[in-house]
Amino acid sequence: MTDANTATAFVRTAMLPQQPPPISQRGVIKWMRENLFSGPLNTVLTLVGLAAVFMILQGVLPWLLHGVWTAKSLNECRAIITKTWGDGADGACWAVIHERWPQYIYGFYPSDQYWRPNLAFVLMLVAIAPILFGAVPRQMLLFTAAFPAVAFWLLWGGSVWLAVVILAGFALGVIALKLGLRLGGAILGVGAAVLIPVLWWLFFAGSAAGALDALAPLDLVRVQSDKFGGFLLAFVIGICGIGFSLPLGILLSLGRRSDMPLIKYVCVGFIEFIRGVPLITLLFTASFLLSYFLPPGTTFDLILRVIIMVTLFSAAYIAEVVRGGLAALPRGQYEAADALGLDYWKAQRLIIMPQALKISIPGIVSSFIGLFKDTTLVIFVSLLDPLKGITDAVRASSEWNGVYWEPYIFSGSIFFIFCFGMSRYSQYLERKLKTDHR
Amino acid sequence: MNRTVFLGALTVAGLVASFASASTLDEVKARGVLNCGVNVGLVGFAAPDANGKWTGFDVAICKAVAAAVLGDPNKVKYVPTTGETRFTSLSSGEIDLLARNSTWTFSRDVDLKFTFTGVNYYDGQGFMVRKDLGVTSAKELGGATICIQTGTTTELNLADYFKTHKMTYTPIAIKTDAEGKQQFLAGACDAYTTDRSGLAALRAGFEKPDDYVILPEVISKEPLSPLVRQGDDQWADIVRWTENALIAAEEYGITSANIEEMAKGTTNPEINRILGTEGNLGAMFGLDKEWAKRAIAASGNYGEIFEANIGVSTPIGLARGLNAQWTQGGLMYAPPFR
Repeated sequence: MTDANTATAFVRTAMLPQQPPPISQRGVIKWMRENLFSGPLNTVLTLVGLAAVFMILQGVLPWLLHGVWTAKSLNECRAIITKTWGDGADGACWAVIHERWPQYIYGFYPSDQYWRPNLAFVLMLVAIAPILFGAVPRQMLLFTAAFPAVAFWLLWGGSVWLAVVILAGFALGVIALKLGLRLGGAILGVGAAVLIPVLWWLFFAGSAAGALDALAPLDLVRVQSDKFGGFLLAFVIGICGIGFSLPLGILLSLGRRSDMPLIKYVCVGFIEFIRGVPLITLLFTASFLLSYFLPPGTTFDLILRVIIMVTLFSAAYIAEVVRGGLAALPRGQYEAADALGLDYWKAQRLIIMPQALKISIPGIVSSFIGLFKDTTLVIFVSLLDPLKGITDAVRASSEWNGVYWEPYIFSGSIFFIFCFGMSRYSQYLERKLKTDHR
Repeated sequence: MNRTVFLGALTVAGLVASFASASTLDEVKARGVLNCGVNVGLVGFAAPDANGKWTGFDVAICKAVAAAVLGDPNKVKYVPTTGETRFTSLSSGEIDLLARNSTWTFSRDVDLKFTFTGVNYYDGQGFMVRKDLGVTSAKELGGATICIQTGTTTELNLADYFKTHKMTYTPIAIKTDAEGKQQFLAGACDAYTTDRSGLAALRAGFEKPDDYVILPEVISKEPLSPLVRQGDDQWADIVRWTENALIAAEEYGITSANIEEMAKGTTNPEINRILGTEGNLGAMFGLDKEWAKRAIAASGNYGEIFEANIGVSTPIGLARGLNAQWTQGGLMYAPPFR
């Protein structure tokens, strides 16, 4: 449209295509300039960091890459590495994990019974699903309630009826509570709910289990506690500890804030005592001191003793974490519950606890993670934990005498996966429950 | 104060209960299984294999005792014990017998109230160095850095030895053998010191074991012995004489291969008494005639056990040395079966 010889001022009528920003202002280079080389100090730090990363990788990468996965002994591993990578080459011998995998996972659990821990693990996932995720049908909680007995039967074996009568005791307790509440109020209800199951377990459960067993024997091979080891043991102790310490911890935290002096001081005493004593001391007490006081011959299961101690230990910490959550609630919430005419338990259940627990999620989960990692301390009471117990046992065989890093890296990775998973879940839960008005 | 009274009452109750208890032999027989404390894992002495079957020099003692008492070497429950828990496990009654290469010392015997049933391995503290260091004797180690486990008798022995020889050294404290191995191989210390059997086992796991030498000096006495609780002499006798039977069996040439043959009767009355074809020694401590025969059949005589687990043909490769029979210039000497 514009002529070449008309001398009008230059007016651009078409939009120029957008130019990319200069090379120093975009992409990787911009990011690097802003984040890595933004000043002399940062430049130096970046270079030092890079050098450090390079040196670590230079040492570790060949070792990882030269890894051998199938061999029968450490010497065979070394022979393979020398053969493939030349003299003086260094490499990881993952074959030890490959060869001793069942021991790391199940300890000395009989190999023809591996399906039992496997099944128990899958059922555990099913049982915790309704607790973790709201989308799962609520009826599943019934299975969750029955799961401890099912798992006990699967893992230790014996007659199924033992587990059934133990569960029946709890069911009786629930029925007694409901009937008692209807007929005679809270005191009768709670009294009956405690008394009737105890009477059942003490006097009738044994003979009932025997009779049922005679009628319809349904037995699994018994597996003694000393056969448990490795991650099976870590999971049994960890999950029991986590499962039982949360309710116990909540009760303790409520007890500590109670107006009734007896309950209050018992709870305070318990919490302060347990928190003041290292876990190893409690484990030692459970495993050795108890045998001095019990009449000889009456041993009760070592794993059970350890679970009890770990649960009590964790419950004391959970109690303090939950108490923190309770303290963070505004006074108005308690008053609102009172104004609605709710009794103590209803107020706790409907108003106080949902908010207090939400506040305490990070603390609770870090207690759980700590508990799960502390399960490796059971090596001190002669149980074969996956980190040191099994590793020492494996290292003591003449084939694997001399491996050092591989078992630690392996156990560490497994622990990391589960602990990281717990931590991610807690963050998901926090986001889901976030109802505040920022 | 109330708490003290309460604890006191509990202790008294515990003591009364333990006095009233049956003998260890009856308990083991009633239980049908021997609770045997072993090392969590020490190459050659006690280690579970991939199927959880325990083998080793110390484990063989457990098997022999179980065979003698219960008639089956497999009726053993192995309780892995750490250095910290071993003695508590034994005195609390968790285990009936501790076969965990423990040194027999005065205070353990007298103060901790145990009965050591007889040395099954004479050990002693030694040094291991890199071959290219050119050291041939521990007396040349003046000024060296030495890796040593803290809190052990070896630490005190080391200090004593260097003091007597007027030498100095720099200790590098380590916690476990596995950690010590890493330090030593990385060159953090010139020499590594622990029991010589431990040194041999450690060296067996090196990539190039031939690059390291164990120096000839033995700077301490470490008689390793199984032990039981004091106060039950019958049980201590059973363990002691089971060990003696294994040692005597080697002396008289009874092996797991020829034991059935010999049990038919021989011209040597001592062998006949051991194997129960003459007299009835077992009845004197509540066992049957063939207790020793079963104990020897469990994993062979002392020499066979030694060779199979820690002897020269194994990766550990320990020579018999002090642990040879007294007839071969060693210290293994079983009292007469009579």
